[in-house]
Amino acid sequence: MAFFTVVRDLLRYNREFLIGFVFLSIVIIYSLLSFFSPVDPLDTYVVWPDIAPSAEHWFGTTSRGQDLFWRLSLAFRNTLVFGIMVSGMSRVISITVGLVSGYVGGLTDRILMIINDVFVTLPIFPLLLVIYFIVGNALNTYTLAIMMALLGWPFDARLIRSITLGLRHREFTRHAVFSGMSARKIMFEEHLPYVMPIVLTTAMANMLWAIGFEVTLAVLGFTNLSIPTIGTVIYWANNHSSMMVGHWWWIVFPVVGLVIMFLGLYLVAVSINEYIDPRSRLRRMGN
Amino acid sequence: MTTGPDSTAVGQNDNPLTLTNLKAYYLTSYFGVEREVRAVDDISLSIRRNEVYGIAGESSSGKTTLIKTFAGAVRPPLKIVSGSIKYQFGDLELDPQAVSEEELNQIRWAHVSYIMQGSMSVLNPVRRINKSFKDFAFKHMGLSESGFWEAVTAHLARLDLVPEVLKAYPHELSGGMRQRVCIALATVCQPDFIIADEPTTALDVVVQKDVLAMLDEIRRSLQSSVVFVTHDMSVHANMADRIGIMYAGRIVEEGPTRTLFTAPKHPYTAHLVSSLPRIGDTSRKPALEGRPPNLSDPPTGCRFHPRCPLAIDKCTTEVPPLEVVGDDHRSACWRSDDVTPLTTINELESEGRA
Amino acid sequence: MSAILEINHVSKRFAMGGVFSRSYVEAVVDASFTIEEGQPEVFTIVGESGSGKTTLARMILGLEEPSSGELRLGGQLIGGKRNRAARLEFMRHVQPVFQNPFEAFNPLKHVDRYLEASARVLLGAKEDDQVDAAMDEALQKVGLSLAEIRGRYGHELSGGQLQRVAIARALIPNPEILIADEPVSMVDASLRMSIVNLLRDLRDNFNVTVLYITHDLATAYYISDRLAIMQKGYIVEMGPAQTILESPEHPYAQLLKDSVLSVADAGKAKVEAPDRSLAQKASEQSGTGTLVAGSGGRVVRRVAQE
Repeated sequence: MAFFTVVRDLLRYNREFLIGFVFLSIVIIYSLLSFFSPVDPLDTYVVWPDIAPSAEHWFGTTSRGQDLFWRLSLAFRNTLVFGIMVSGMSRVISITVGLVSGYVGGLTDRILMIINDVFVTLPIFPLLLVIYFIVGNALNTYTLAIMMALLGWPFDARLIRSITLGLRHREFTRHAVFSGMSARKIMFEEHLPYVMPIVLTTAMANMLWAIGFEVTLAVLGFTNLSIPTIGTVIYWANNHSSMMVGHWWWIVFPVVGLVIMFLGLYLVAVSINEYIDPRSRLRRMGN
Repeated sequence: MTTGPDSTAVGQNDNPLTLTNLKAYYLTSYFGVEREVRAVDDISLSIRRNEVYGIAGESSSGKTTLIKTFAGAVRPPLKIVSGSIKYQFGDLELDPQAVSEEELNQIRWAHVSYIMQGSMSVLNPVRRINKSFKDFAFKHMGLSESGFWEAVTAHLARLDLVPEVLKAYPHELSGGMRQRVCIALATVCQPDFIIADEPTTALDVVVQKDVLAMLDEIRRSLQSSVVFVTHDMSVHANMADRIGIMYAGRIVEEGPTRTLFTAPKHPYTAHLVSSLPRIGDTSRKPALEGRPPNLSDPPTGCRFHPRCPLAIDKCTTEVPPLEVVGDDHRSACWRSDDVTPLTTINELESEGRA
Repeated sequence: MSAILEINHVSKRFAMGGVFSRSYVEAVVDASFTIEEGQPEVFTIVGESGSGKTTLARMILGLEEPSSGELRLGGQLIGGKRNRAARLEFMRHVQPVFQNPFEAFNPLKHVDRYLEASARVLLGAKEDDQVDAAMDEALQKVGLSLAEIRGRYGHELSGGQLQRVAIARALIPNPEILIADEPVSMVDASLRMSIVNLLRDLRDNFNVTVLYITHDLATAYYISDRLAIMQKGYIVEMGPAQTILESPEHPYAQLLKDSVLSVADAGKAKVEAPDRSLAQKASEQSGTGTLVAGSGGRVVRRVAQE
C-alpha cells in the first residue's frame, strides 16, 4: 500500500517523475500490445511493402513486407525484457559482492575488489565483438543478456561496498552482532534497505547501458538479426537504405521510441532517488 | 496575560533584550504533509543588564529555537508567527525582524555575540585562528591593523591563551583551548549581550570548570549580559543569576537561582532539581515518568500534565498562565502553592545571593 | 562457564603513523581488577576522554585485543580467533549497553528485531510464544512491556525508552555482566535518573553485575560499590566507591572531585577556577608510580618514596 502512496506523491509533486513515468508507460503499454498482435511479426512479406503510415498501417510497412507497428511492438518488448534481465542479474551479483566485501572486509574484500577492478578495465565493446565472432548466431537475447550481466556488475559493486563500509561502523550493527545475528542476516536484512536506493537508480542506469550496447551491436549487425529488437529493426532499415529512399518511417519510429524510452528511464531513475533515500524516508515517517 | 518583573519600572527599560508573546513555529510542507512544530509558543521574558540568565530545558523544549529567534538566525522553515523582540543597547533600540540585513550585521558581534556548542563549527578548519579573528572582529572594532592585534593578544591573555595560538589551525588545539578561543572571539568586541549555547557540554569535567570560570570572569569585567543555554542544572546552579525553565516551547518557571533550587514552584523544576545526584548523598532519586512532548502535537492544557505528579482535571484543559508567585519569581502552574521542594540544599558556607 | 571476570595487567597500545614514522599511544597501561562470582555489584570506571576507559571496555567485550596481559571470563581467554559458537557463548554472559540510544536501533526497522534475535539465538527460544514471553519478561524488568514496544520504530520512542529497550535486549540471555558505556550521557535529564535507578535495580533485584563507565562523578557516587579512576591509561585509584569520592587520595582524583560543579552553592553565580596546584601535581605524577594500598581498602598509585 505504501508503494502506491509513494508513486502517487511523486506524480503529484515531482515534475520529472511525472514526465518520466508517462514516457515509460507509453513504451511499456506499447510493448505489451505485442501480445495482442493480429499478425505474426516474424513473418515477412505478408503485406504490401513500403507503405507510408496510414489508417490501415499506423506505422507503415517495411521493405520486407511487415507491418511496422506490430513488429516494433515486439521489438520493444524484446528489448525491454533484455534490459530487465541484464539489470536484474547484474544487481544480484553487485549487491552480493558489495555487501560481502564491505561487511566482511579483510582479505575477502581485497580479492573481490581486485576482480571488480579487472572487470571495470575490460573494454566491453571489443570483447563483445570477439564473443560474437566466436559464437556467431548463437548470440541470441539470452546469451547476450548473461554476458552483459557478467560485465555490468562492477561499477555498482563499489558503490554498494562504500555504503556498507559506513554501515559497518554504525552502532546498530554492533547491537545486531551482540544480539547474535549472523553475518548473512545483518547484511541482507539490516543493511540491504540502505543500499536499495542506489540499487534502484543503478538498475535503471544499467538497463540504459545494456540496451545501448545491444542497439549498437545490432545496428552494426553483430547480433542474431532474426530476432526483432529495436537494434535489429534499425539494422534492417539501414540495410534497405530506407532513409535514402525516402521510407523515413522505418527509421524514425524506432529511433523516436528509443529516445522516449531512454528519457523515461533516466527521468524516473533520477527523480526516484531523492524520494527513496533513507534520510527522506525517515523524514516522511514523521520524525 | 503575563506580568513581568520589569513592568513595575514605568517607562525606564534598559534591558538589553525583551521578548513579548513570542511565537515561532517550524512550518513544513513535504510531499503534501503539512506540519506545524510549535517550538516557541508564547514566551515573554527580559534579560537585564549585567546578569547571567540561564535557560534550562531538555531536547524538544524549544530552547535552541528560542536562541535562533533572537540571534537573528530565523530561516525557513522557521518563522516568527507573532510577538516581538526588542534589543536595547544604550540609545540603540531595534527590532531584529524589522531591520535590514546590513543593520543587523552592525549589531552582530559588536553588541550581540554567540558562543556555540561545537567549537569546530565556529572556527574554519582550513584557516588559522588569526584569520578567524580578522573575519569576525576587525571591522567592528575600528582599530588600525596593529592596534587590533594588540587588543586581541591582550584579550587572549585574559583567557590564559598564549599569542602563538593565533598562528595555529583549529585542529592543532585541544578541545578546551578551542572553546576558550571561541569565547575570546565572542568577547573581543566587548559586546553588551552574549549568547552561550551549551558551550561546555562536550568538554571534560576539569576543562569545563576552567572554561566556565573564565567566561564568568570575562563577563564580569565587560559587564555584559549572558544568556546561557544548557540542560545541565548544576552548571546553572553555579553560573546563573536567574533561570528560566523551558518545557514544550513555554517558560514554566523563572526566578532567581537560589529560589528555584530551594523553593521551586513548579513540579518540573522541583523534579529537575531533586533528581541531581550529589556526592555525599546516596538516597534514592526520583524519576519522572512519560516522555518529552511532541512539539507538533503537544498535550492540551498544561503541556506538562501527562507527567506531572500533581496534575488535576483543570490541568488537562486550561493552560496555566505564567504569573508572579514570589519576589521576581514567576511560575505557570495551577497548583504552584502545593509544590514542595523534594530535597534540601545545605546552607551556603559563604555569603551569597538569595 | 562461571562469571569471574579477571583483568590481569592488561595494556593496549595503538600504533599511529606509517612505516617510517611510527608513534605509539598507550591507551591502557597495566590495568588489573577482578569481578567475583556470586556477588553482583556495580563496578564503575571513571575517567575523562582519553583516559582509556572505553578501550578497556572494548577489550572486555572482545572488540579489541590487548597488547599485553590477559582478560579472562570464567577462566577462559576473551578475544582471540574464535569460532561463532564460542563467540555466542561469550555473549550469553557479557552484554553491552552503549552510549547513543538513538543509534542503537536500525532506524528503518522495528526496534523489537534485536530483542527477537537475542531470544532466538542467544537464549535458544524456539517457538514464537516462547520468544514473545522472553521478550516481554525482559521488557518488564526495565519497566516497559512487549505490547508497548512491538512494531515501533526508533524515532517513535524517547531517548530514555530507547535506552531501556537496549538494556532489555542485553538482559534477554540472562548475562552475569552488563557493560554500560556512558549509558545516560545522551539521555535527557528528566529521564536520566530512571535509567540510573534501573542499573541499581539490576544489581539488587536481578543479580546482574554492572560495569558502569562514566565521566560523571555524581552518578558514580550514587550507584557504585567499587570504583576505579583512570588517568591517561593508568588506574590511579581503586576501591570502595563512596570512600574514594568522599576523600580521594590521588591528586588526579582530588582534581576531579574539585572540578565537579556542586549544587550546594546554587545561586552564588560565581565559578572559581579549579585549584591549579592540584592540576599541576596531577599532571606531574601522571604515568608514574605503582599501585599501593591506601586507606579504607583502596589502592592508590603512588611514586615510591626513597
